[in-house]
Amino acid sequence: MTTFSIPRTRPRRTRGSVDSIRVKPSFVSTGILLIGAIYCLFPVFWVVMAASKNSSELFSTFTLMPSTHLWDNIVELTQYRGGLYWRWVLNTALYAGIGALASTWISAISGYVLAKFEFPGKKAVFSVLLMGVLVPGVILAIPQYFLFASVGMTNTFWSVLLPQIISPYGIYLARIYAAASVPTDVIEAARTEGAGELRIFNRIALPMMAPGLVTIFLFQFVAVWNNFMLPYIMLGNDALYPVTVGLSGLLNQGATAPAMYTLVITGALLSIIPLVILFLVLQRYWKVDLAAGAVK
Amino acid sequence: MRTSFRVGAVAMAAAAALLMSGCSSPAAGGDTSAPVSLSYWAWAPNLDKVVDVWNKAHPEIQVTVQKQDGGDPAITKLLTAIKAGSGAPDLIQAEYQKIPTLVAADALADISGTVGSDVKSAFTDGVWNSVTLGGDALYALPQDTGPMMFYYRADVFEKLGLTVPTTWDEYAADARAIHAANPADYLGTFSSSDAGWFTGMAQQAGASWWGIDGDAWSVNVDKTPTQKVAAYWGGLVEEGVIDNKPMYTPAWNAGLNTGTQVGWLSAVWAPGVLAGNAADTAGLWKAAPMPQWDASAPATGNWGGSSTGVTTQSTHTKEAVKFATWLNTDPAAVAALVSTANIYPADAAAAQSALTTAPAFFSNQPDFYKVAADVAKTVSPFTYGPNVNVAYSAYNDEFAKAADAKTKSAFLAAVTNMQKITTDDLTKSGFTVK
Repeated sequence: MTTFSIPRTRPRRTRGSVDSIRVKPSFVSTGILLIGAIYCLFPVFWVVMAASKNSSELFSTFTLMPSTHLWDNIVELTQYRGGLYWRWVLNTALYAGIGALASTWISAISGYVLAKFEFPGKKAVFSVLLMGVLVPGVILAIPQYFLFASVGMTNTFWSVLLPQIISPYGIYLARIYAAASVPTDVIEAARTEGAGELRIFNRIALPMMAPGLVTIFLFQFVAVWNNFMLPYIMLGNDALYPVTVGLSGLLNQGATAPAMYTLVITGALLSIIPLVILFLVLQRYWKVDLAAGAVK
Repeated sequence: MRTSFRVGAVAMAAAAALLMSGCSSPAAGGDTSAPVSLSYWAWAPNLDKVVDVWNKAHPEIQVTVQKQDGGDPAITKLLTAIKAGSGAPDLIQAEYQKIPTLVAADALADISGTVGSDVKSAFTDGVWNSVTLGGDALYALPQDTGPMMFYYRADVFEKLGLTVPTTWDEYAADARAIHAANPADYLGTFSSSDAGWFTGMAQQAGASWWGIDGDAWSVNVDKTPTQKVAAYWGGLVEEGVIDNKPMYTPAWNAGLNTGTQVGWLSAVWAPGVLAGNAADTAGLWKAAPMPQWDASAPATGNWGGSSTGVTTQSTHTKEAVKFATWLNTDPAAVAALVSTANIYPADAAAAQSALTTAPAFFSNQPDFYKVAADVAKTVSPFTYGPNVNVAYSAYNDEFAKAADAKTKSAFLAAVTNMQKITTDDLTKSGFTVK
């Protein structure tokens, strides 16, 4: 409540001047935002508390009471089947990192081509892409499985990486960014200077599209990081699992083995840390981009 | 315009290069001097450690365990891979009830010609029957069984002065006494999400849900034995003296830890689950044979238990069978299955030495495995059909409604519906149903 009293101590503003467009803080909107923040952060708080408990405390002590076993849980998780969990984290990082980078580059070049070149069938290509945006990736997992099975590539690293490189939504966004941020004059000037098309794209268009590409990268990175269905269907070898599939397996051990709740909770907690760091590091690029979008 | 096509061509070439490099990565077989490598989908905990023993002794046949999430997901994945034509492992851990389904999908190789003739003698007829399906073919080697037993909190029974129930009537009386002493406590729960558990109890009562007669299948769910079991549990749930929440939920786990779940009708593998879910209650539990319908003719059912099969996509059937035979009948391997993977082996004779000390969680009951061995001898025969998955999901759907309704009549209706759904599916799938 103390935060709400702060505005009163501020100096009076003069009506009508440019820098006084700031609106009086509204209790209602602040309240809604606070509720929203609690709504989003409470589960995270729960995970932090639960990750600090050992398996019997987890089911017997008060839900939100912290305990002292966080480090023990991390050690136990690390020791589970020779550090398999960290292998999963590494796999996820590779799937998400390589996948998102490749996807961003392909989105960028496709979007750039769609925005800046004229060629027969362009409309058709773009319409198909737009339809692709409407199809959830989950639906494609089974057909993709059969496609990969026909070339004998299921249960491999590639079977999870390759399908996630093409993102219709990313291409769609890249097309908008390219149209807005790469002036055609600049491209023509570069052509006059004798630069090749790939060079123009890599050296001139790509940097201009960078803020938009960060958004595409983040979208795709988070999408791959959280993806469950595709790796779940494609993979049978748990050394290739990403964290999502691995943790779900720890919970579903079948009737004859105990579910490893504490390991799953600790693993879930650790697995969101890289995402949090990524967002904190990249958020200023993202802010630039959101603002850029606002005035278009 | 031409330039744009060039860009596209570069992208295509890059994608093709990625695909090619992906294709070339799996090692090609065929070289006879190189060691054979087999992949093995299994979910039993620590099975990879037992396999390590084999790998050390047999450099020419290297087996890699690819741990699966559990019996159902592994089989679903296998069936998909069989349908797709590639991607299946060489070996699969398959629960007995899954074998007819896998055989119907042509997923398991007939290994009757490859297995040594002395292997059959290691197993009981009942177990052997479930891997041959009563014919001349052999679809898997038995690995473990799950004879059902009754687990109870000895401390609570002692405090309330109760005797261990030997019949279902006594079980009901104990359930009433425990719930009366503390309304939060229950002797057990009726779980509408564990079809295998209910199947085991129907098996104990004498049910056999499927039957083969020549080429025709019959479905016998809605018959006296299953009706008897359903009516019994429906009655207890209606009375409110037994819990009606599913097992393997966080709430059930909490009940095990805090002691509101005073008993558990489970199987011989229960110590591992209890130790993992409620470690602090070690030494408080005891195991006993199941309560009986007819005390003069003791019987039990199976819950769990699995076999090792060779898939039809394996190109190394001979080596796979050699490994599977070792894993399930070699005394050292079977002893490791007991002590490392915590399973109750189908070839119990080979595991005598490992079955003398009780599991650590049951250190208060030194004769644990003697009780288990006696119980294992009383397993009733049971035939599984090719659509166990349909019957099990019908169980989950229909009994979830019944457990909500909390009436005996709803439990009986659920049995009738299960029969109908299972029969209809069998007919629809093109089987001859009698």
